[in-house]
Amino acid sequence: MDYIPNTDKDRQKMLSAIKAPSIDALFSDIPKKALLKGALRLPSPLSEPELKKELRSLSEKNTANGHRVSFLGGGSYNHFIPSVVRHLAGRSEFYTSYTPYQAELSQGMLQAIYEYQTMICNLTGMDVANASMYDGATAAAEAASLACRHTGRRNVYVSEALHPEYRTVIKTYGRFAGWNIEEVSPDSSMKDPACFIFAQPDFFGRIEENAATFSDVVHSKGGLSIATVDPISLGLLAPPGDYGADVVVGEGAALGGAPSFGGPGLGLFACKKAFLRLMPGRLSGATVDDKGRRGFVMTLQTREQHIRRDRATSNICTNEALNALTATIYLSALGKAGLKKVAELCLQKANYAKELIKKLPGFSLPHSAPAFKEFVVSMPFSAKKANEALLGKGIVGGLDLSLFYPERKNQMLLCVTELIAKADIDRLVKALGEVK
Amino acid sequence: MKYSKEHEWVKIEGDIATVGITHHAQDKLGDVVFVELPEVGKAFKQMDEFGVVESVKTVSTLYSPVSGKVTEVNKDLSAKPELINDDPYGNGWIMKLKISSPADADKLIGSDDYQKLIEG
Repeated sequence: MDYIPNTDKDRQKMLSAIKAPSIDALFSDIPKKALLKGALRLPSPLSEPELKKELRSLSEKNTANGHRVSFLGGGSYNHFIPSVVRHLAGRSEFYTSYTPYQAELSQGMLQAIYEYQTMICNLTGMDVANASMYDGATAAAEAASLACRHTGRRNVYVSEALHPEYRTVIKTYGRFAGWNIEEVSPDSSMKDPACFIFAQPDFFGRIEENAATFSDVVHSKGGLSIATVDPISLGLLAPPGDYGADVVVGEGAALGGAPSFGGPGLGLFACKKAFLRLMPGRLSGATVDDKGRRGFVMTLQTREQHIRRDRATSNICTNEALNALTATIYLSALGKAGLKKVAELCLQKANYAKELIKKLPGFSLPHSAPAFKEFVVSMPFSAKKANEALLGKGIVGGLDLSLFYPERKNQMLLCVTELIAKADIDRLVKALGEVK
Repeated sequence: MKYSKEHEWVKIEGDIATVGITHHAQDKLGDVVFVELPEVGKAFKQMDEFGVVESVKTVSTLYSPVSGKVTEVNKDLSAKPELINDDPYGNGWIMKLKISSPADADKLIGSDDYQKLIEG
């Protein structure tokens, strides 16, 4: 049974309006051999108990995140999520609502977004934050776009140590926007840069001590300094505003979101006030009504695609309200001291693991810079081999760097967050030492 | 005073043109909240985009009714964009240009034709 409300007569009328002889004719572009002939081959119907059993046996083929200790990071992280986060964010008035079209009717949602923006500004040291974007990668590309609009230039310089997938997204954006994208080391020369985009900590987990120099160099050439950050690290590291960043972007999923298949993401986007009207997306602003009472309004929507069409600041015409709300609840639950504690635990545990692994025979650390929660190890065998052996012992290993950097043979990016116990680290080190 | 079909007005005195948006334009836009002004010294050809005006409802592109170089912009609009609503032909002026091509004015329309355009 299907639920298509129009009648055969309606359909005939629509077909004749577009001068199509039949519904099948609408699919004439699809090669005949690719078309399904006959009915779908599906198993026979099941009763509800049978179906549940079937689905359970399918789900048991997976290993759920959290059932094994995991040292996998590379952009999507396991952090502890206090119960209050899902309890509040899961309330139906938040969970089931779609984007508020009559935004001011949803004062609660607008206030939540306003609080979110304030927290992101506090964390990043920026003046304004938008109501969020899709994910860290699109936020980074939007930041490049802002820099091109501001400078009237097309040369986008990207650090080689920025997440490889972020660089791919920036290239996708730039392909038809006419950007010249160069992947460079921060000390190489830049010509008429619109911006320099770098990560703090970088993709290899390194804390970049020369971030202020990056900003100075790109500023001296008239470009903008764009930092992509791990928001958890901002519990401990200086806000990018302190080292001269003009725009700060990042992946905010770690703020209360689980790494389910790498998503959904939360694009953090904040900048200095001078770029407010070049900023993509919308934001929630505080104001007073005609009786002087505090209220919130959706603002800067006028520059979005549904109003400005082809002249819009960006093609993103929405925000990730539920994820932004989740981040707000997470940060409120942790507070300043809690976020700092999470960051400290990550740093201490990652560095404990790093020091132990370094001592394993045949192992070394390719980078000397301080690590935040991730670090690269060079091993006497491939990462693939290491990960297979670890999995056999119930441990999810690190990211095989040869997937992104073919020259980084036998290198693995390991991630240690506050969720990893000391005993887990000791188990990892032992297991790595036993790989044959 | 002459008009562009994009709802800018221009007043020409000697080789200086003062440019703003019409009463009809400000009325359709609603409350103006921000005006993006051009830089002094910048040259525009006739009907080049020279800025944008943002209202609570929308953002609208501004087109230069004549060719020329910007000699002055109305800095008061940064703090008081509502001058465009309150006094579109007076204190709500947007920029002054040194005209580079006097013949441009012939391509603009007069008040009767502009009236017809907005009524049409």
